[in-house]
Amino acid sequence: MIQTVEGKGRYGRFGGQYVPETLMGALSELEEAHNSARADSEFIEQLNGYLKDFVGRENPLYFAERLTEAAGGAKIYLKREDLNHTGAHKINNALGQALLAKRMGKRKIVAETGAGQHGVATATACALLGLECVVFMGKEDIRRQELNVFRMELLGARVESVDKGAGTLKDAVNEALRYWVAHVEDTHYILGSALGPHPFPKIVRDFQQVIGHETKRQIVEKEGRLPDAVVACIGGGSNAIGMFHPFVEDENVALYGVEAAGGGVSTGKHAAAIAEAKEGVLHGAYMYVLQDEDGFIQEAHSISAGLDYPAVGPEHCHLHDIGRVHYTSATDAEALEGVQLLAQKEGIIPALESAHAIHFAFDLAQEMQADEILVVCLSGRGDKDVQTVRDALGGGVQ
Amino acid sequence: MRDFSLTASILKRNEEGQSVFIPYMMAGDGGLDVLHERISFLEEAGADAIEIGIPFSDPVADGEVIQEAGSRALKNGVTLRKVMSELQAQLHSIPLMIMTYLNPVLAYGVVEFVEDCELAGVKGLIIPDLPHEERTLLSNALIGKDIALVPLVSLTSSPERIEKIARNAEGFVYAVTVNGITGVRSSFGSDLMDHLTDLKRVAKVPVLAGFGISTQEQVRHFSSIADGVIVGSAIVTAFHEENLEKIQSLIKAGRTTVSQ
Ligand SMILES: Cc1ncc(COP(=O)(O)O)c(C=O)c1O
Repeated sequence: MIQTVEGKGRYGRFGGQYVPETLMGALSELEEAHNSARADSEFIEQLNGYLKDFVGRENPLYFAERLTEAAGGAKIYLKREDLNHTGAHKINNALGQALLAKRMGKRKIVAETGAGQHGVATATACALLGLECVVFMGKEDIRRQELNVFRMELLGARVESVDKGAGTLKDAVNEALRYWVAHVEDTHYILGSALGPHPFPKIVRDFQQVIGHETKRQIVEKEGRLPDAVVACIGGGSNAIGMFHPFVEDENVALYGVEAAGGGVSTGKHAAAIAEAKEGVLHGAYMYVLQDEDGFIQEAHSISAGLDYPAVGPEHCHLHDIGRVHYTSATDAEALEGVQLLAQKEGIIPALESAHAIHFAFDLAQEMQADEILVVCLSGRGDKDVQTVRDALGGGVQ
Repeated sequence: MRDFSLTASILKRNEEGQSVFIPYMMAGDGGLDVLHERISFLEEAGADAIEIGIPFSDPVADGEVIQEAGSRALKNGVTLRKVMSELQAQLHSIPLMIMTYLNPVLAYGVVEFVEDCELAGVKGLIIPDLPHEERTLLSNALIGKDIALVPLVSLTSSPERIEKIARNAEGFVYAVTVNGITGVRSSFGSDLMDHLTDLKRVAKVPVLAGFGISTQEQVRHFSSIADGVIVGSAIVTAFHEENLEKIQSLIKAGRTTVSQ
């Protein structure tokens, strides 16, 4: 049986709690609150109620017939996280953690955001539950995702621009952590991916595993069996771990995580931390991290703001080490192809993040048999990226 | 409990009826070639030990002043490795401490780093992102060495944690005086006095207060309740502005009061 190790927040040798002492109390309070919430049927009922009536779950597992035809291999199914309220899987976690914050009696929320999807999801959950919300976002990301900034403000959140470093997700996390250290007594930090110090990776997985559980039920309903392969994109790894977790012990289901290769892994301008295979500590956890020989963390590069992070969550690092999940990557150019492919074959414009998974899955399907089944996590919709895609394509569709 | 020379030099000062003053400086701010000059200046001005900060790409525990000093040092190409070899080139009699985030140490190699610390006369380490529970990552390599792994205790640490950390503390206990990152503060919470008193009661080593202490008045105040103070941002700013008198007067403020 393949099990991830979880003593004190460890996944094999990854994970841990590498944070300033000021946060240690808040982390153990959070761990206790999460454990007691999981055991509380009232909490679960409340969460499930919101997931159903507010988020719109369960969302479909959709058979992509024309995409399947074009690939000429395995049957391709799409798990439609893009149909969630706010347009991505991020709301699953934001809502769960916001409810947890309320349970802890914390009325204020801080969050970081890259693409803006987690920021929007958090601002949404805060509006829903009447919580105060501040979101840190890199200056460069604010430029790339202007409309999402306004969306957050419309939802009543305060957006703080971070101009340190390259002004992307890593810098936004730094600033959110600093803010949390200073306001820890009345503020909860809703971390947006399966990252950070224990218990965050576990909590995020917990609130995202609804993706995999639904998928499992749905595929058995439609096909009478489990899929042969499951594919998801990897930023910090939350949609992927949510999708993979319920399948980890089903050893006949091959799992594939797709990192962002940016301009290409060999160019050094990418976000593929597992491909680069250097270990270290960032934002409270021991993980694969992009860094130079002096241990300074390097900037990640990806056309998709949501994958533009120089590390991969600790559980993925472990799943890589034990060989349970295959990690691969797709470049910016491949993601752009993925966007157009899905738009034109299925009438679905995917988020640039998800398009990395689409591109890889399309290739993989071609190598599989017609009686095999492949599921892709379509983590988000592409409305937020239309401008970026247009600019990248030089204004015209190829 | 093993005796560290860092603890001994603090106790000696305390036994003379004086409180301890430890300035923090960012290595490589102003260039690495002024490192020794600045260490000597601080020593002559009366510092009891010096905390040498290592610049990092992601200094999450630091406020604006130290972040900016770190950025300047990074622009000068300063790395942990360069600082260590610079320190080995010229030894000082004042105890030196290294304050660095964890990842540069991991990249350096823990064992090699500890060896180089010994060669450079480093007597203490402060790693702000290495809490008590994770400390074996470094402490195993420190066994039998005269290098104290100084723990931080914060206002948010529970009484049980405080006791656990204080009981196992090496060198001294670094009492973080604010909920927050480093930087200048105009006021401190009212629960701070009780916190420091409690800490002094349970700790077997001296208790030094730091984070946010930046004026002569604050130095005097904290010197009277803790065994000493650590001043960072104010020193970093003064060096950057070449206001050496400011540094001398801060250190002097730490000298004028008697602890206990
Ligand atoms: C649509 C979408 N997919 C994927 C990601 C990547 O995050 P994760 O790896 O945590 O799923 C993001 C992040 O913003 C996103 O918005």
